[in-house]
Amino acid sequence: MIVAERKPIEEILEMVRDFKRILIVGCKGCVTVCNAGGRKEVGILASIIRLAREKDQNPIDITEETLERQCDPEYIEQLADTAGEYEAILSMACSVGPQFISARFPEARVFPTLNTEFMGGALEHGVWAEFCQGCGNCKIHLFGGFCPIARCSKSLLNGPCGGSSGGKCEISKDVDCVWHLIVEKLMKEGKLDQLTQVKPIKNWSTSRDGGPRKVVREDLKL
Amino acid sequence: MQYPTNIEIIRVPCTGRVDIIHLLKALEDGADGVYVVGCEEGDCHYLTGNLKARKRVEYVKKVLEDLGVETERAAMYNLSAAQGPRFAEIAREFTDIIKGLGPSPFRKPAAKAA
Repeated sequence: MIVAERKPIEEILEMVRDFKRILIVGCKGCVTVCNAGGRKEVGILASIIRLAREKDQNPIDITEETLERQCDPEYIEQLADTAGEYEAILSMACSVGPQFISARFPEARVFPTLNTEFMGGALEHGVWAEFCQGCGNCKIHLFGGFCPIARCSKSLLNGPCGGSSGGKCEISKDVDCVWHLIVEKLMKEGKLDQLTQVKPIKNWSTSRDGGPRKVVREDLKL
Repeated sequence: MQYPTNIEIIRVPCTGRVDIIHLLKALEDGADGVYVVGCEEGDCHYLTGNLKARKRVEYVKKVLEDLGVETERAAMYNLSAAQGPRFAEIAREFTDIIKGLGPSPFRKPAAKAA
């Protein structure tokens, strides 16, 4: 899923400083799963903003909504009847959401309340880690099921660097050296020679390096 | 045993049922303080309910800190369901702490004047 975190409260309060009537829109997609911007989190953020504004004796009126997703125009359209009633719309989706809302309602002041961070999965309840960088050409099967693009700090493709120590990456003891994991796994499977096969250099144009990407499915277009 | 009448008790089957929003709503609705009373850690019938409650109280304390408000206004206490006198003691203790802090800064001005 896309993993995001709510922005610090001071940053959000600054965004709504001049407004008296706002809408906070959540998303039932990825940000619900990583507990950042779902219905619950919308309620919590609305409560925190109201408390802060009560304290400053500058009350604010907040409407709370949660859409199925904010990355499909059909769902954004559900805001059409009421969007004009608010001085500002705060999106609690990943950054795609506020962009879609902003595009559909150009007169609206739209603000992101989350910092979108990475594509990843849960390690345990409440802990998520980065597993995918969206390089556009997945080859994890060549690396024992691990992704060296996303999980190696330097995205190395030919083995660990000199900074690999005790199975950890030199940047932090909290970061596993994925090459250590790859080598150990392939050794266990007796397939270490797989890494000696010569492959052409990676074509990075399928990644963000090639510019903003688009996927078109002609079979699905109406 | 006597305990102050200014406490509003909301009973739950386990403090694990208490969520962040409940604590925030209490403060929004005018409570000068809000505390959660759960079973002793290790004795939760649902194993981890009271541990989750503690985490949620800590979250609310962090919110209070971010808003520049005394973190003592949210608290977690643990005791056995059999400890009646301790329940009353906690009620008196928390009331005294909140009385010392004064009315909640979140109170609407009209309520403050009352």
